[in-house]
Amino acid sequence: MIRLEKRPQPSRAWSLATPLVAVLATMVFGGLLFAALGKPPVEAIRTIFWEPLFGEFSFYYRPQLLVKGAPLVLIAIGLSLGFRAGIWNIGAEGQYIMGAICGAGAGLAFYPLEAFYIFPIMVIAGALGGWAWAMIPAILKTRFGTNEILVSLMLVYVAEQFLASVSLGLLKNPEGFGFPGSRNLQAYDSAHNAELIAGTGMHWGVVAALIAVIFAYVLLNRHMTGYHIRLTGEAPRAAKFAGVNPARLVLFCLGMSGALAGLAGMFEVSGPSGQISIDFNVGYGFTAIIVAFLGRLHPVGILLAGGLMALTYIGGDIAQSNLQLPAAAIQVFQGMLLFFLLAFDLLTNFRIAIGKPEVA
Amino acid sequence: MTVPLLSLQGLTKAYPGVVANDSVSFDIGEGEVHALLGENGAGKSTLVKMIYGLVKPDSGQMLLRGAPFAPAEPRAARADGIAMVFQHFSLFDALNVAENIALGMENPPEMRDLAARIREVSETYGLPLDPFRTVGDLSAGERQRVEIIRCLLQDPKLLIMDEPTSVLTPQEVEILFKTLQKLRAEGTSILYISHKLEEIRTLCDHATILRLGKNVGECTPSETSARDMAEMMVGSSLQTPQRKTREFGEVAMAITGLSVPAPSAFGTSLKNVHLTVRKGEILGIGGVAGNGQDELLGVLSGEVLTAADAVKLHGQPIGRHGPTARRALGVLAAPEERLGHAAAPDMSLTENAMLTGSVREGLEKNGFLDWGKTKDFAERIIKAFDVRTPGPGNAARSLSGGNLQKFVIGREVLQNPDVLVVNQPTWGVDAAAAAAIRQSLLDLAAKGAAVICISQDLDELMEISDSFAALNEGRLSAPREAAGLTVEEIGLMMGGAHGMEVAHV
Repeated sequence: MIRLEKRPQPSRAWSLATPLVAVLATMVFGGLLFAALGKPPVEAIRTIFWEPLFGEFSFYYRPQLLVKGAPLVLIAIGLSLGFRAGIWNIGAEGQYIMGAICGAGAGLAFYPLEAFYIFPIMVIAGALGGWAWAMIPAILKTRFGTNEILVSLMLVYVAEQFLASVSLGLLKNPEGFGFPGSRNLQAYDSAHNAELIAGTGMHWGVVAALIAVIFAYVLLNRHMTGYHIRLTGEAPRAAKFAGVNPARLVLFCLGMSGALAGLAGMFEVSGPSGQISIDFNVGYGFTAIIVAFLGRLHPVGILLAGGLMALTYIGGDIAQSNLQLPAAAIQVFQGMLLFFLLAFDLLTNFRIAIGKPEVA
Repeated sequence: MTVPLLSLQGLTKAYPGVVANDSVSFDIGEGEVHALLGENGAGKSTLVKMIYGLVKPDSGQMLLRGAPFAPAEPRAARADGIAMVFQHFSLFDALNVAENIALGMENPPEMRDLAARIREVSETYGLPLDPFRTVGDLSAGERQRVEIIRCLLQDPKLLIMDEPTSVLTPQEVEILFKTLQKLRAEGTSILYISHKLEEIRTLCDHATILRLGKNVGECTPSETSARDMAEMMVGSSLQTPQRKTREFGEVAMAITGLSVPAPSAFGTSLKNVHLTVRKGEILGIGGVAGNGQDELLGVLSGEVLTAADAVKLHGQPIGRHGPTARRALGVLAAPEERLGHAAAPDMSLTENAMLTGSVREGLEKNGFLDWGKTKDFAERIIKAFDVRTPGPGNAARSLSGGNLQKFVIGREVLQNPDVLVVNQPTWGVDAAAAAAIRQSLLDLAAKGAAVICISQDLDELMEISDSFAALNEGRLSAPREAAGLTVEEIGLMMGGAHGMEVAHV
């Protein structure tokens, strides 16, 4: 008989080893999946994990890692604060879109004026846009007790409709020959989130992501608010006893994750993407949920997980074009990663015991 | 000599890291009320679980009327005439009495026949109970009757009762004892688990005392003093808390005309509660569990906010102050539920020291936390209250209940409160540690703090409190001086037998 026994103390070793074991298991079972599809498994795994970093065209892929990883980390850091406290913001995608729209809108309002203050204003507008969008589920939850999971998720679809609307109307490029989409911010110097060092992929969003990691680490480990977040997640009654105001915490966590998602959207639209268009969002807000859990809701873990996730994205793209792997197989591969992570996570608090079961 | 009903021979059961029962042997005679005495963690529960088929012994054997008896599961034990009333009831609030009883039966008869049988049994044994009442409306004493009747319907040879009186008022205890005596007269044996010595002295014919999993002695309770039995349980002489006569100062905390609606469907609403406690005074609040204890603590600690004037500290209204603001003013509290309320299970003791200590111990500056100082504070608690743990880095859930309780109480006592509110301060704590906790409350009062001690343990309240009041369905009785109160008077303050008639057997 195999059964699970609760550990008296969470195991530190397993808590650190789980992500690694999960990645290894994903490689093994992903390899089996690829083999079943008639693709060379070792080659496929190597393409996904090795090619972007050290392959022949890595000079092109490495900057892409930062470009893709930064918004994931930025959003995931914000989400992790709420997740730690049991506040589930599933609508980061919508907050990301609203941040992008507000940031780009603020910049385009000044067009064609060139001034140093335009970009900072866009940063603030982006953060505020995401924050305001997250405040909707937050206030509904604290006022009427609605479920933030549902409200935040449904607001994603509202945000997508809004995005389509402004791409076709309010923010449409007047010189765009009738095509949907805004002016390209890459061509507007004061609003362009350009690479800080050319050819590295390093833009302000990457800097913001790193700052967010440090900020979250200090908040969670050294600050009362972070302590209250952790306490609320682990023992809500004890948190109330400690003096935590649950409503304030909901507002803080949802607001913070909204603002960071909005920032990510703003840095994306003013940099790598360049313009507001109907298909501007590509799912960073949802993938960030995976990143947050893959990083075990720990800031440093999220940084690493964001890198890993970006790697599988880019590696997946390469595998698609080089080996003709179907896109769905890559998605299954990424899904496996989360599945194995959550499954092995069990071992932090439980151990497997082999032997006769005890009753009661 | 006649063959005993149940004979235990060398029962041993080990769990990882602890031997719960170490070669325990004793006999239960026919028609005997046999007490199983011991402190929390002495192995009483494991032992009865083995008899009831919930746990299999590692070694040793049991003989039922001379025949080998090894129940594989409770059903088998029940088939052989063993019945058990658990400390925690397993009843569905939304169903009525008969439905609840039918759920526990192998082949429940027609509801009408079952109801008739319930009536018959309940009348025979002086346990009046309407089979069609909804369990949710019953008092704790009446719920226990449901459990007992459920057992009696099986016509058991041995009835095991696990701490049956912990939820009863003294009057309800009296009714229960009459029933048990009638059962004994009919030849049913009873294995009675308790740590309330006076009860055992009145009821039981024979007692077996367990300590650390071993049978350390047997006695005839009616011929042994409670003190001697207690010392056998603890294994050393007991230190009774010392109380000095104290002068009471001015009123420290007062509640006037407070009514609070129940926070949840299963909570209790507080109704027109008045309470005052003076400096240096210990106010004991008794009552059966679920009569508003948690809610009262919440109101005092600041978890539940009320009208500002309803709660006053030194004459200042603090009803709108949350827990943090109250701590700053010197009002501290230790809730009953250790894991999840008083402490976060997965957090370390250091982190748990921060939970209530941040304000008064200066562990926080501008929102930033001083973990070094917090660790020192946690170590001070561990040392002063003899908390057994490898160190402050261990998770709260890794501590035994008693040790965590010492930590939780110590955390508040060491912060020098002006007013300390505790709920069930020695629940699940061994006798020596309980004495230490009570002593610390007395010392705190001697230094001029006002202490409100909510407890279901009447002996504890009589030992330490200066005045006594009782909670009954959210109402607090007028406080009376504790010295000279009789058990009957206390019982009446607690609401008597909750409207139950004394059995006419």
